[in-house]
Amino acid sequence: MNAITPSPKLHDCRDAFVAVLERLGADNPKIVAVCNDSVGSSKLGGFKAKWPERLVNVGIAEQALVGVGAGLANGGLLPFVCGAACFLTGRSLEQIKADIAYSNANVKLIGISSGMAYGELGPTHHSIEDFAWTRVLPNLPVVAPCDSIETAAAVEWAASYDGPVFLRLSRVGVPDLLPEGHKFELGKANLLRDGDAVTLVANGTVTHRMMKAAAILAEQGIQARVLNMATVRPIDIAAVVSAARDTGAILTAEEHSTFGGLGSAIAEVVVAEAPVPMKILGVPGIFPPTGSAEFLLDEFGMAPAGIAQAAVDLIARKSSRT
Amino acid sequence: MQPNDLDRIAQQIRLRDLQAVFEAGAGHIGGEMSAIDILTALYFRVLRVWPDQPKHPDRDRFVLSKGHVALALYVTLAKRGFIPEEEVATFLKPHSRLNGHPNCNKVPGVETNTGPLGHGLPVAVGMAKAAKLTGATYRTYVLTGDGEMQEGSNWEAIASAAQFGLDNLTLIIDHNRFQQGASLKDTNNLAPFPAKLEAFGWDVTEINGNAMDEIVPALENRGSRPHCIVAHTNKGHGISFMQDKVDWHHKVPNAEQYKIAVAELSEALS
Repeated sequence: MNAITPSPKLHDCRDAFVAVLERLGADNPKIVAVCNDSVGSSKLGGFKAKWPERLVNVGIAEQALVGVGAGLANGGLLPFVCGAACFLTGRSLEQIKADIAYSNANVKLIGISSGMAYGELGPTHHSIEDFAWTRVLPNLPVVAPCDSIETAAAVEWAASYDGPVFLRLSRVGVPDLLPEGHKFELGKANLLRDGDAVTLVANGTVTHRMMKAAAILAEQGIQARVLNMATVRPIDIAAVVSAARDTGAILTAEEHSTFGGLGSAIAEVVVAEAPVPMKILGVPGIFPPTGSAEFLLDEFGMAPAGIAQAAVDLIARKSSRT
Repeated sequence: MQPNDLDRIAQQIRLRDLQAVFEAGAGHIGGEMSAIDILTALYFRVLRVWPDQPKHPDRDRFVLSKGHVALALYVTLAKRGFIPEEEVATFLKPHSRLNGHPNCNKVPGVETNTGPLGHGLPVAVGMAKAAKLTGATYRTYVLTGDGEMQEGSNWEAIASAAQFGLDNLTLIIDHNRFQQGASLKDTNNLAPFPAKLEAFGWDVTEINGNAMDEIVPALENRGSRPHCIVAHTNKGHGISFMQDKVDWHHKVPNAEQYKIAVAELSEALS
């Protein structure tokens, strides 16, 4: 697995999402796209051009967006409900709970421009709470792909999965990490690089940063395991337990608050199954200052060098315990 | 089924509902009594449904958006054959599938989970829109409370229904003029409703929502726009001391009150 080298070309994962949606939509007339005036930001222009009647635009009305999606599913359609993740999850959280998760409606919620993708627009437009809000809901898988390949695979999987899904996408360019032809499996982490000194776990826009951090660590003679963990719920318990047992320390990083997200989900497993030192990187419980997503990730210690330093510090904690 | 027969069924449902509230020691009896005539007309006359095939794709959809009157729906579903009649006795009991708000994954005939107000109408809009997209002939009916119309999500859905041209959608507002703790008028008075709905592009019919001969034709009305029935009802309808008393939103009758209520409803049946 160490042979995977990130390609320098950056991809906007929304493109992979709509490419698969349009491909599946051609064969399955039940697929409809539902949006809140977000045709452009959800990149649904191509879908709309092909099947204008299958693009259901409720206007700027996120509660109706999710409720209407649930009703479309009840009527036998396969709705992909798309909106900026901050509004889709924040404004409509009770609809996601009652109409989608509790009702177990076969609706795919596509959170676009999640995390701090809208960086300079400020905290109103950041979606750094959505893992926390959605992963507590029964019936609702929560998935944040790390690249365009995993995004395409996850969309394909979501369309075939009978039940609700929250797919968290970004608009910030990321390099491809997973091999062509990768198949998405719910709740299964991908081993991107193996090592025994520490395990680095990330998803979404941060996984490639983890890979770069692992390369820095390798230069220092530290072999880090890197797991891409797109599925935040259900968490891959086996991969977390193995990571704890094999490497003795786990460092997580996410484009999300450090409260309640991927790191928290992993910590819940670690504390119950295999206690080892951990460090959770993310937005440290504040409304971020002005800046792009890339700037803010660096600012919050998730530049590759910052992650590598956090790993070194964590490994020191591990050895001080023995 | 004719209005007289429907009236009789509605009274039987009222009696069973009253008994279940009394035995469970909880329920929303006021809003149940106001809505039962509408539920009866839907399930015993208007809705095209098959109790033995609750997920039949061509079934008409009914959404109880005022989910807190779930008991009235359970009694109606039981009487119509969706669930066993004796199961109503389990209402609110540990592990009963009949909890205080309807669960579509457990109770056949329930289409979507409601409880928080302002959820049913947007979902119903999606159901009606799906029929438009697939060419299905089912119709969608949704029942809200009048106080519930204070939820902004309803108005998002009302606008969308008109925009989508949903002539296959009927919204019934149970206008019993009371919410949990006070009258609508003294809280956030959205009444009168008709002009507001008409301004959004809906057809509106005003009826006495406790009179079968007005309920049935209104529900069977077919037009070219989404249809709202403003059903003027009485909270606690059919039980004299409950009628139009805000206290009876979710009060439970004591033994003496229960006896009087049973007597009144039984007399109406005889």
